[in-house]
Parts: sequence; structure tokens; C-alpha cells
Amino acid sequence: MLRLKNNFSIEHDTAGCGLCGIINIRKIRTNGEDIKKAIALEHDRGNGLGGGFAVYGCYPEYADLYAFHVMYDDLAAKHDTEEYFKNNFIIEKQESIPVFKTSKINDHPILHRYFMKPKSDREDRLLHDLGDDDFVVSSVMLINSEYDGAYVFSSGKNMGAFKGVGYPEDIADFYMLDNVEGYMWTAHNRFPTNTPGWWGGAHPFTLLDWSIVHNGEISSYGINKRYLEMFKYNLALKTDTEVIAYILDLLIRKHRLPVELAMNVLAAPFYHTIEKMEPKQKELYNALRQIYGSALLNGPFAIIFGYPDGMIALNDRIKLRPLVAGTKGDFTYIASEESSIREVCSSPDIVWSPKAGEPIIIKTINTENISQKQRLIIS
Amino acid sequence: MTKSSFTNIQSEYLAVIDHAKCVRCKRCIQNCGWGTYSFGGDKIIADHSKCVACGRCYTYCPEGAISILKNPTVMRENGNWQDYHIKNIWRQSETGGIAISGMGTPLKYKKYFDHILLDACQVTNPPIDPLREPMELKTFLGKKPSKLELDFNEDGQPILKNPMPPQIELATPFIFAPMSYGSISLNAQKAMALAARALGIVMNIGEGGLHDELVPFGKNIIVQVASGRFGVNRDYLNSGVAVEIKIGQGAKPGIGGHLPGEKIGADISRTRMIPAGTDAISPAPHHDIYSIEDLRQLIYAIKEAINYEKPVSVKVAAVHNIAAIVSGIVRAGADIVYIDGFTGGTGAAPIIIRDNVGIPIEIALAQVDQRLREEGIRNEASLVAAGSIRSSADAVKAIALGADAVAIGTAALVVMGCHICGKCHTGNCSWGITTQRPELTRRLDPEEYGEKLYNLITAWSHEMKDILGAMGVNSIESLRGSKERLRGIELTDSELKVLGIKHAGM
Repeated sequence: MLRLKNNFSIEHDTAGCGLCGIINIRKIRTNGEDIKKAIALEHDRGNGLGGGFAVYGCYPEYADLYAFHVMYDDLAAKHDTEEYFKNNFIIEKQESIPVFKTSKINDHPILHRYFMKPKSDREDRLLHDLGDDDFVVSSVMLINSEYDGAYVFSSGKNMGAFKGVGYPEDIADFYMLDNVEGYMWTAHNRFPTNTPGWWGGAHPFTLLDWSIVHNGEISSYGINKRYLEMFKYNLALKTDTEVIAYILDLLIRKHRLPVELAMNVLAAPFYHTIEKMEPKQKELYNALRQIYGSALLNGPFAIIFGYPDGMIALNDRIKLRPLVAGTKGDFTYIASEESSIREVCSSPDIVWSPKAGEPIIIKTINTENISQKQRLIIS
Repeated sequence: MTKSSFTNIQSEYLAVIDHAKCVRCKRCIQNCGWGTYSFGGDKIIADHSKCVACGRCYTYCPEGAISILKNPTVMRENGNWQDYHIKNIWRQSETGGIAISGMGTPLKYKKYFDHILLDACQVTNPPIDPLREPMELKTFLGKKPSKLELDFNEDGQPILKNPMPPQIELATPFIFAPMSYGSISLNAQKAMALAARALGIVMNIGEGGLHDELVPFGKNIIVQVASGRFGVNRDYLNSGVAVEIKIGQGAKPGIGGHLPGEKIGADISRTRMIPAGTDAISPAPHHDIYSIEDLRQLIYAIKEAINYEKPVSVKVAAVHNIAAIVSGIVRAGADIVYIDGFTGGTGAAPIIIRDNVGIPIEIALAQVDQRLREEGIRNEASLVAAGSIRSSADAVKAIALGADAVAIGTAALVVMGCHICGKCHTGNCSWGITTQRPELTRRLDPEEYGEKLYNLITAWSHEMKDILGAMGVNSIESLRGSKERLRGIELTDSELKVLGIKHAGM
């Protein structure tokens, strides 16, 4: 029996995992072959109970519309949710997400996608004046927490998440990702320890254009959650990954922190490091820790965070989970294991293991000049 | 009144001397502040009725010849009419007065800290070894902005737009709780000042003014403004790292204080800025605070006086409606709120108040933290929790329930020899703590006990790091308010709900 909601009587879902990411900084699009090969090599890092992919640049023809990927338990749930969509959004196009049933993945929810934008005269305008992004976020939270049997698993523009219960290579076949093209891919292989068989629990977790794949357990989950609740985030999924996505949404979209600083909130420099900084910088980082102490992600993690401008990989402050990076020309590869990188790129220009708490930030070059990336790679 | 006085009918303790071991050195006579011992020509004689079981005599008896026993003479046992009630009735029938005692309530109310268990990591997330990895306890007390405001310098690097509001920096999340000069001796205050300076934490000097000898410790001192306004002037307000307005105290919510004139000698008179020999009265309310907006005025009057360079704290007792009260205090402009729980200590309080008024700190804290979060103002003020923190485990649990730091009062006195005899109000403390008698206070060596206080807080900090490591986090802010790491045991659904934690196994 498929159930989309997290009906397990737990506060907090945790998992071990494998992850991969591939980005082309010139936004040259490739299909899902390589990412599937790379994550397939990390087969043993998962247990067949969750796999998924995020791809950026996959819907160029609908680039200015929000692409909602929705899972439904049944047609009734679909009907109710679509009622909400019709009332609040202009739906340009909707269709079933194309799937190919294999022997490995034969039991799945109804998978549907919608390309749409919020109506300008929608009813919530009577109460407040949310921007489109904020309205999409609140719609996603509303559906995921209040609409039984419906779950929005992707809501960004010109990007999409494809995920489910199974090994990632089987999920790739199921969604026929060799027919999908994008300039940036992330992938996840899940080893859940307390919510087996839950489609919504697979990674990537996405919100608007953010996507997260995550290996680890956030030991500070309790306070991270309570901190986000102060800003009215509704943590319906009870997963670590959801917490990370919302923290990033808060820091980058709402508080307008530069991405680099946001990463320094998630994996904050130690006070003994701050002590040695220049006075202005010291002041900034002391303030960062004091203000955002409750947003510090504590515990073992490696994450790959995708957003339209690029990809960021980050380890916890003492590197308790593996994370390796490599480059070849315009491509950058991130993975839990070096072998995954070499599986799809036999002779990378450079391979390195990022230091604890130091983000690798790969920005695409039409938004930022290339020196940023080169500087990071050289350092 | 002769020996037949009710209260003397039965001494609570017997000071028993083994005359075969006793070498008649008379140290017990010298050490006892209560006059229990005297020399009877050829042996030491004990007046049991004076013994309070403070432990001083046997600690210093070189021969181990003294035993303090609970008087085996029974009072007629009765589950309802207990000794406690009967003796208070006798005592009051003789004096017609309010029965007074020192220290927090000795009654056995449920201690919630003892019904809360901590979490640790196994397999899915690794514990962290504090001996190998950095483990951060550094804590800042004060108002935090809700978001970071940035500017960018000419290189495009982000810099802070506005300076942070003033903070108290603590190397470890402990402070020494307010205990005034007058209620305790200057040497006891000095011991805490020395320890606070060495530890990188702060002590609160209470409402009795700032003695000249403590002035050099300003960077480790919080000065207090209470309803008596003792010793308060502009220099005083600026002599510490923060100013605290004392509204109430856990042991006696709604009750003022009274230091009798006999205790106001020249030194205390100067420090409190009141005439020698006059009673030092702290009224129950501040006579300029009859509402929350009055508190706001005082907070801002003090902020003006200190030029907004230091945080202002407000200390309140945990009472039934504490969540709303603290919310009001935060909105009135306090940067720190110090909440003192029901079992908190005191130098003197009416027994009837101490034993019956207020609510436990665990519950108060959980409710306040939740309320401030619901209102979205938790960042506006730091919370300090107090009210008998007996171990590092209590401190960890308080922090997980939402405190930024905890205050240590009674535990610090225990370091100095206190056996919690509860007779602080008499001024006879044999340990030289809650007395101003020079022959008693001089036995408390500030350096010796300062070092012991340093040791205690160091030990508790080590334990706290061990607990954090076991929980798999390496910074205290990941524990703060993380109720998910707590589980209740032997608690009812209502208790769990009010604490905001789950039962063990959930």
C-alpha cells in the first residue's frame, strides 16, 4: 500500500545515503545517462528504499512557469488538489509524468505534472499580499500538510525532481531519464532507517528552485525545526532534508544572504577560527553565529544543493560524511565516492576532497564569471 | 521562657561526642557559629538544641570524635500532621510572627529534571569525542536581531551593517546567581568573583550594592537594581557588564526582603548607601513599577544611564502566568530575562511563601520558550534559568528546555562548605558564608574557594561537552531549545504536554 504522507509515528526521519552531482557551467544540456551511471556505482550505499534525481534546464519551453510534480495516492486526492490548483493558478499545461513500468518499480503513486503560475486575483489576496514565490511555497506546504494523499515533490521553474522508492538506477529507468536533458543533475541513493517505503521521503527534496540531496543525520534537527517554525515554516515531512531546504529558503530568499554566507550558517566556522579573522570579518562571523545559532546544522552530513545559478556541495564542520569533487573542462562532478566520478569521467583534470565545513560553489557562467569557479578549484 | 518551651522540647539533631576519642582541642567550640559546644571543665559539652547540622564541627574535628545524629526521639507519627507543621505551630504560637527560613524549599515536590532523560547517538549518526574534536560552549547573552543586515565593502565583501546589540560573552553557559553583600559575606562574593574571572563567566552581585573590593572585577559582574535600590547610582550602573532589574525571586515571589539593622555595620552601610544600624528594606514591589509600561520606563531609564552599551536583564520568579509575563518583559525591552524557579534559594524567606508559591523552573522555562517562539520574539532576549541547578545534567536539561544559560546559587555555596542547613537568615553561618561576624567570615578564604568554584564549573563544563558529544553535536546552540533530545519518564500526559517533550520510547 502506498502512502504519501509520513504516517510513521516518528518526529524525525533519518537515513544514510549516497549522492552525486554533475554540472556543466556553460549550461550545455546532457541527458540522464551519466548521472545514472555515477549513482548506480554507489548501489551499496542505499538499500532500495529510495532513489531520486533533480535536473535543471529540463523544461526550457515552460521556463517562466512553475513546474509542479505531484504524487497522488488516488484519484480523489488528485481531484481535490486540482480543485485548489484551478482556483489559484493559471494552468498552462498538465500531463502525466511519463514513466516506464519495470519489474523493479511496478507499484507507484499517480504521478502528474502541471506548468502554471499563480492567478493575480486569487483569493488569498484578500488576506495578505504574498509574492508569487511565497504563494507557491505556502501552496506546497498547504497541500503537503492538509491534502490527504497528495504530495508536491517539485515546484521550481525549468527544473524538476524525479524520485521514488527503489534503487536510483531503477528510478532513472522508471522515469526514462535518458530522454530528459539538463545542464545540472543531482542524484541520491537512500538507506532509510525508520520510514521505509515512503515515496515522499526519497530525495531530492525541493522547494521552488532549490533542491537538496543529502547524506546524513542532523543531530540538531529538534532546534532547527523549532527555529523554522518561528518563521512559519510547516515541517510536514519531518525529514532532515526538508529542514535544510527551508533554512536555505529563509537565509537566501527571505533574508537575502549571499549563498556563501548562508553556507557558513549551515556549517559555521568554529569560534577559534573566528578569533583569528580580521576585525571586520570577525565581527560579521560572530554576529552570524549569534543570530543564526539555531540554524547551525549539527551532526554528520554531506549535501549537494542545486539552484538555478549553480551547485553547492557542503560537508558538516568536522566532515563526518564523505564528499569528493572533480572537474573536467566545463563539467564539475561531486560524489560520495571518487569511483563514481571516475565511472563517468575516466581522467578528470583534478579531484579533491573538500575540507570540513568549506563549501564548493560552482556557478554557471552566464550568471557569474568563470574566475569564481577557477578560484575555488585552485584553492 | 524556660526549657519547657515547645520548640526546645525536642532538638532536631544530637551533637554526640566520643569522649574517648576527643583530645579537648576545642576546635569544635571555635568552629561552631551556633554556640552548640562549650567546655565543661574536663570535657566538651554539647547543647543539642542549638545544633543545625551544618557540618562544620565534624569537618574540622581532628579526631573524628563528633557525630551529628538525627534525634531518634519520635514525634507521634502522622502522615497528615507532620513534624514540619507541628513545629511551625509551636514556634508561631510563641512568637506570633511569620516563620522564616533560609534556602529553597526542603519539601519533596516532584523534581522534573529527575524525570527527564537525555538522548545519545548510536550508528545512524556518530557521537563526537570531545577529547578529539572541538566542542563549543561559548554563549552570548543579549538581544539578537532576527536577521543579519549586510553592507558590502569596496571589494564586494559582506560586512555587518549595524553593530550587534550589546552581549555578555560567557565561555561556558553558567553564571553565579545574585547573592547580595549582606545576605552573604564579602569573602563569599570575592570567591565567586575570582572564579568568574578565571572561568570567563559572570557573577551577579545581587541587590546589596558593589563593594569597593569588587570594583576591579567589573568585567565579570552583573549589577542589580532591586526595589530597595541599595547602592544604585550612575557609576554603579556602569561598573559591570550588565544591569539586572530584580522583580522577584523563586523562593519568595511577590515578597520583598529585609536585612535587619543589627547586620548593617559600617562596611555594609557604605556599600548599600544606607545609615548604619537601620533596617534594609526591599519593598515587595518596586515603588515605581506598578505595571508593565512602568517596567519599560525603568529599563529605558537604565539604558539611558548606561548609554545602551550593556544589556539590561530582568529577573522574575516563576509564577503561574510566567509565559505571558516574560513575553511582556521582552516586549518592554529587556535583553535578558532571568527566571528563578520555585525551588530556588534565598537568604531569608517566609516559610509559608517559600514552600507554597510559584512553579518549577522546568515547566516555566518550557512554557516561556514556547511562548516566545510562537510570538516570533525568542531572539529578542536571552533566557537564564535558575532554581536549584544541582548538576551539569540539570543544566543540560534546562538548556534543552530553552535556556541560554543557567545560574548557580546554592551549588556555589555548597562549594564553600554549605550543608544546606537552611539557617542563612540567622547570620550565624559557621562556614562564613551567610554571616557578617568577622570571626566567621575570615575563615572563608576567597582564593581557596574561588579555585574550588573554578573546579566545579570546569568539571560541569567537561560533563556538558561529554553529553553534547554523545548527542552528536559540537556546539551548545544545537542543544538550546532542542526538546527533541529530551524524553520524559514517569510523567503524565499533561506534564509531558506542558514540558513539550515526548515520553521515553516515543
